[in-house]
This record gives sequence, C-alpha cells and structure tokens, in this order.
Amino acid sequence: MTTTYVLRGVRPLGGEPADVVLDGGRITHLGAPGSATPSSDTDPGVVEIDGENRLILLPGLVDLHTHLREPGREDAETVCSGTRAAAAGGFTAVHAMANTTPTQDTAGVVEQVWRLGRDAGWVDVRPVGAVTVGLGGERLAELGAMADSAAGVRVFSDDGKCVHDPVLMRRALEYVKAFDGVVAQHAQEPRLTEGAQMNEGVVSSEVGLAGWPAVAEESIIARDVLLAEHVGSRLHVCHLSTARSVEIVRWAKSRGVEVTAEVTPHHLLLTDERARSYDARFKVNPPLRTEGDVEAVREGLADGTIDIVATDHAPHPVEDKDCEWAAAAFGMTGLETALSVVQATMVDTGRMSWADVARVLSQAPARIGRIDAGPAAQGRGVGVGEPANVTLVDPAASRTVRGAQQVTASANTPLEGMELPGVVVATFLRGRATVLGGVPVDAGGEDGSGLAGRVGETEAVAS
Amino acid sequence: MRHLLSTADLAKDDAVLLLDTAAQMAATQSREMKKLPTLRGRTVVNLFYEDSTRTRISFETAAKRLSADVINFSAKGSSVSKGESLKDTALTLHAMGADAVVVRHQASGAPHMLAHAGWLDAAVLNAGDGMHQHPTQALLDAFTIRRHLVGAGSDAGTEGTDLAGLRVAIVGDVLHSRVARSNVHLLHTLGAQVTLVAPPTLLPVGVETWPCEVSYNLDETIEQASPDAVMMLRVQRERMSGGAGGAFFPSAREYSRKFGLGSQRLSRLPGHAIVMHPGPMNRGLEISADAADHPRSVIVEQVANGIAVRMASLYLLLAGSDTADDERTSL
Repeated sequence: MTTTYVLRGVRPLGGEPADVVLDGGRITHLGAPGSATPSSDTDPGVVEIDGENRLILLPGLVDLHTHLREPGREDAETVCSGTRAAAAGGFTAVHAMANTTPTQDTAGVVEQVWRLGRDAGWVDVRPVGAVTVGLGGERLAELGAMADSAAGVRVFSDDGKCVHDPVLMRRALEYVKAFDGVVAQHAQEPRLTEGAQMNEGVVSSEVGLAGWPAVAEESIIARDVLLAEHVGSRLHVCHLSTARSVEIVRWAKSRGVEVTAEVTPHHLLLTDERARSYDARFKVNPPLRTEGDVEAVREGLADGTIDIVATDHAPHPVEDKDCEWAAAAFGMTGLETALSVVQATMVDTGRMSWADVARVLSQAPARIGRIDAGPAAQGRGVGVGEPANVTLVDPAASRTVRGAQQVTASANTPLEGMELPGVVVATFLRGRATVLGGVPVDAGGEDGSGLAGRVGETEAVAS
Repeated sequence: MRHLLSTADLAKDDAVLLLDTAAQMAATQSREMKKLPTLRGRTVVNLFYEDSTRTRISFETAAKRLSADVINFSAKGSSVSKGESLKDTALTLHAMGADAVVVRHQASGAPHMLAHAGWLDAAVLNAGDGMHQHPTQALLDAFTIRRHLVGAGSDAGTEGTDLAGLRVAIVGDVLHSRVARSNVHLLHTLGAQVTLVAPPTLLPVGVETWPCEVSYNLDETIEQASPDAVMMLRVQRERMSGGAGGAFFPSAREYSRKFGLGSQRLSRLPGHAIVMHPGPMNRGLEISADAADHPRSVIVEQVANGIAVRMASLYLLLAGSDTADDERTSL
C-alpha cells in the first residue's frame, strides 16, 4: 500500500496557498486551503505536511546535464549516490552524461545506466548517448540503437569533448531527426583551447594560467546554429557561459533556428576572480567567466534566450582537486545547490518568478529531453491528474554549504561556506517521498519497497 | 613577510627593505670570509620540479652563506617521479622540519598552495612557478638597476631609495614569462615606468590592465621612451615551431630583426642605459654577442646580485622581523 500525501497550505509555483493531495502516483486534488479531505487522524495511510502558506510546490526538477560517473569512476560517484543527491536537490529526473568508462555509446551501456537508476529508485535516470564512438570525435556511435533501447535515449552528447568536425556534427544533427533526438553540444574549439586552464582575460594574464578564450565557445555555437538551420535540426547548447554566446543564441532564435541553451548555476553566480586563490574547486569547463558574462547569462535566462538551468554536476574525489590547479580535474558538484543558486541569483533579485523557475528547471529541460510525455512523464504542470513528481521548497530558509555534508559522494563544491537561500523540504517521485524533512528517505525504508515509484509498478501508471 | 610568492604582494616599503638588506648582504660578499652565522641550525629545502641549475645553485649558495643546512629535493631524483602528490611531498617536508621551502614548479600557483593549503608551516619562497611569478629574479633586477642607475655602479648612497622616474623596457616573450610579470609589478611599485615590447602574439590578453605601457615596436620604444634599462627576455625555441599552439612568429630571423638587441639598437640607447637578461641567453636570437658582452651589459653582475637578493629574502623570512634590526647591524 502506498502512502497518500496531503500537502496543506503550499504555494504551487509560488502562487496562492492551496491544498494538494498526492495519491496513487498522481496529483488527485488541488484546491483552496482546507479543501483536502484525507486526514492522518482517521487514515493511517495518510501523511500530512503543513506548508504554513509558505512552502513552494514545484514540479520535480529535471536536470539535462548530470555526471553520475558510473560505470568507471565509482570512487567519485555512483548512480545511486548521485541520484540520491539529485533527490535531495529537488530533482525527480536526471540525464546522465555519456562520458563514463566504458562510454555510453552503445545500447548495452545506456541500458546498464538506465537499469542502475531504476534499481536505485531516487529519480528517473535518462542516459545521454555519446555522439561519437568513445567520444573520439571520429565516427558516429550507434545513435539509433541507443534510441531504440530500453533507455529510450533522445539526448546525444560528447560532453567533455566538442564534436568539432563540422561534417560529423552535420551528420549527427541530421541523423537524430529520425527519432526526434537532439544533439547537445559541448562548444569548445579544441585548437583554441589546447592546455587551457581558465577564462582568458585579465585574471589569467596575472595568475599565469593558460587561457580558455570565450571565442572558442562562441565560434562553435555560431557554426552549430548555422548548421542546425541548414539541415533543419534541433540543437542544444550545453553550459553556455559568455555574453556573446547569449547574443548568438538570441540571434539564432530570432531567425527561427531550433536551438535551446542551458546555463549552469555556477556560471550564474561565480567569476574567474576565484582563480586567484588557485583553489581547484573553482576549476571547471567551460571556465568561470567575467562579471559581464555573469550579467549576460542572467539576462539571457530571464528573457528566455537561455531555456534552462542544468547543473553539470561533476563529482571528483578529493585527490583530483587537492593539488596544483593545472593537475586538477575540471568540474564541480551542483545537484544539491542548483535550486538555491537560481533563487539567489534570479528570484531574490526579482528577475524571475517561481513559475519561471519551474520552467527553466523542470518543464523546459523535460521538453528538450522529450521525457515530458508517456507513462514516466516529467516536467509537467502542478495540476490534477498529472504525475505526482513534485518538490517542496522553503524559500525563507537558508543554509551554509558544506561539501563534506552533501549527499553526493564527492565534496568538490565551489560554494563551500557560502550561505544560500532556499531549502528542499520534500521531493516526491510519482507520489513516493524520496526526501522528507529535508532528508533523503532511504529506498526500501518506508514501505518495504523503495521501488514503488518505478514506472509500471504503481497503480496509476500501470494502466 | 611570511612568504615570498609574488611581487604583487610587496608594498613599496617591503621592496625597499629587501633591496637595502640585499645591499648589506652584498657588502659581506666582498670579504674574504663570506659566510655569516645568521641561519645556523635552520633547514632550507630547495624543492625543484623543473630543471634550473642556475636558480637552484644561487639559492643554495645564498642559504649556505647564511649557514643554513640545505637539502636539495629535485623532482627527477625523488619520489615525485613515482607520482607523489605535491601535498604528500609537503607533508613529508613538514615532518622533516623544514624551516623554508624554496620551490620551483611548472604549475602556476604551486608555491601559493604550499603556503596556504595548510600542509606545512615553513616559509615558502617562490623560485618560479609556471607563467606566474619569479619574485627573486625581479628583485635582483631591481637591485641591479638601482645600483647602476641610482647609485652609479655601487650601492653607496642607495639605501632607502626607489626607482622613481627610471624607464625600463622589457622585450620579448611576455606571454609565457614569469620574469616579466614579476618585474612589471615590482618596478611599478618602486616607481619606474615599464614598457613591454613584444609582437602581439607574445603578449597575454589582459595585458592592457597591467601597470605598464605596451609597444609592438622596439625601435620606436628606443626612440620615444629612451629607456634607462633594457631587459631582454629569453625566447624559448619551441615558440618558433609548430608546437602546441603553432608558431608565435614567422621565423627566428624575423624575430631577431624586429625584437633582437644588437649593436645598432644598442648605439641608439642613451649613453647610461644598461642591458639586462635573466639568462640563459640565446645569443644571436634575442641578443647579439656584441650586446651581451658590451661594457653596458650587466648580465653577469645580475647573477652575482641574485645571491645577495636571495640571502636577503631568506634572512628576512627566517630571521623574523623583530630580530631584523639587531641582526642587520651585526652583519
């Protein structure tokens, strides 16, 4: 028997307080405060949560860009630890990037990752397929086989590497049209970034770290939007980080090019000034940029040029960060802090509403990944009949970030010691609580079946 | 002063104190008995991850003349070649009781990490890190400039003086040069006017924010700025070939024609101007043999001054500021 959750006095998408009932994997009631009838006093199968007319109810967050590291780097993260961290951050679905070992470039490996996600039960894991074999940039991986596999891959990316060969990029863009796929490009011109360590600019010139010029990103994005227009394909731009990248995407959209773009929480918040500390927790690819770039990506996100926020959650073991900058790995964790950073940079500054947050962190990424329909639909609205994938946020609470206390298996957060607004109180995956009271509810602990939220196993979606 | 990591950290008073102390150290080096007892019982580790015989020997000589025990830890002959991390090496040096660590590393920021990561509590002297800083080189350059252009060839009367009003041209591969970065900050702090001269490919993006002028033309700089000192930077051979990022200039001959210092350009410098080079030189590329061996060349003297400056740096870091006055009067 599954639990019925009655959320009293919660604010769907930050609007007026309401009562919401989650039952049988669906949202079964949405009405004025006091309108929800199930009561924990009379029914032991009911759990009530009081939102105190303050807690905000969002659709479960969807990350289009997560590195779960399994298979291959289980010392940094596993599918289980990473998805548990995702749930703690308010997510109900993540797209697992392809740069695992072995690479997610065959139907076999993407199905393996998909199954690991299903078994863990924290969120829906949607594997991203590699564009090229072994991320080698030389020949197309079997994109069709991955699309047809149980994992149902729709997003393809060589993330970490750029598909820099223009012919190969063209072919990939064309080929995935057959199954409504999208190529998510890591835009980095490789010749312009050989040995690159950080943003090329004033700070790099002083601290003596090899520069990663903005133009290396912008030139690839410019080429790709033109290619996408030429062949009429969908293009997604990963972790866009510069002011001119925003301009190029804005221009492409004005021409009707089917391009979508993402920005990471860290590019919304931090600048390359952080590199002056030589603290490799600030080393990331693409690198932290300048104040002007941060302002431009915030503006681009607010005006819709940038469609989504994606974490680029990139866990690394301590030894890969506690060393010389040049020897350190690129990347930072982000699943548990993404929502707070968006609140701090976009909501609390008055640039976006909570409905906008739902759009950029749930609905739009689900739409880009084509997981917004079907039995495991994600990123839907908060309405009666929709899947009960929701997250409950306390926008008035705050916390101090401590890498060592995060749920992810790695501690490499660039926000160490920073106080951020917003705390995820509860997360529900198809009506099952994965997080309650701000703490992950260990799978299998609640009702003997941690997998109750699995697709096909709940009453609601079995039909 | 706890560490010496970057000349950008040095206030003018610190810099002048270092130069004054170096002058006192230099004076002791003309004695028959060059060794001072100042750092007896202290341990100085030379931790060199890059080959640099000259800098290592200079630091070793400086430490030994102050009676410190010196341990040379070279990456090639140590556990580093077996893949030991910087952190483990630092913890090891800490456990062995190093009082000062002189570090040369190919990674920019490695000395900063040694000083600030909490791995060891020794004083850290940056002996050159990546493309970042080489502060003792800049100090010895400033010391040499002060001696010649303020003190007319000796340190007499230079105590407490800076380099106000002097014009210095730094010519060559600024992009990859820690020597250039260190000198721009230090010379600026000391009041000198610096002009960087290089082809645009060998200047970093962001150089426009540095406290100096930038020129693409050595002849114009010689005519218009009339530099009192010209510092030629070494051009690495790999910058001329394809390499990682392709060649930075078309050919060695073109570089030499446009940015090399030969007797023609030398003759157009002011009569008192000095010629400097951090070494090792590529004779015939950035500097001709005529210029290198000219009476106005102070290149060999720079090497000697390096020892005095490094003695001063070790002394000020290790002997501590409270004892500095007493100790110095006894030099």
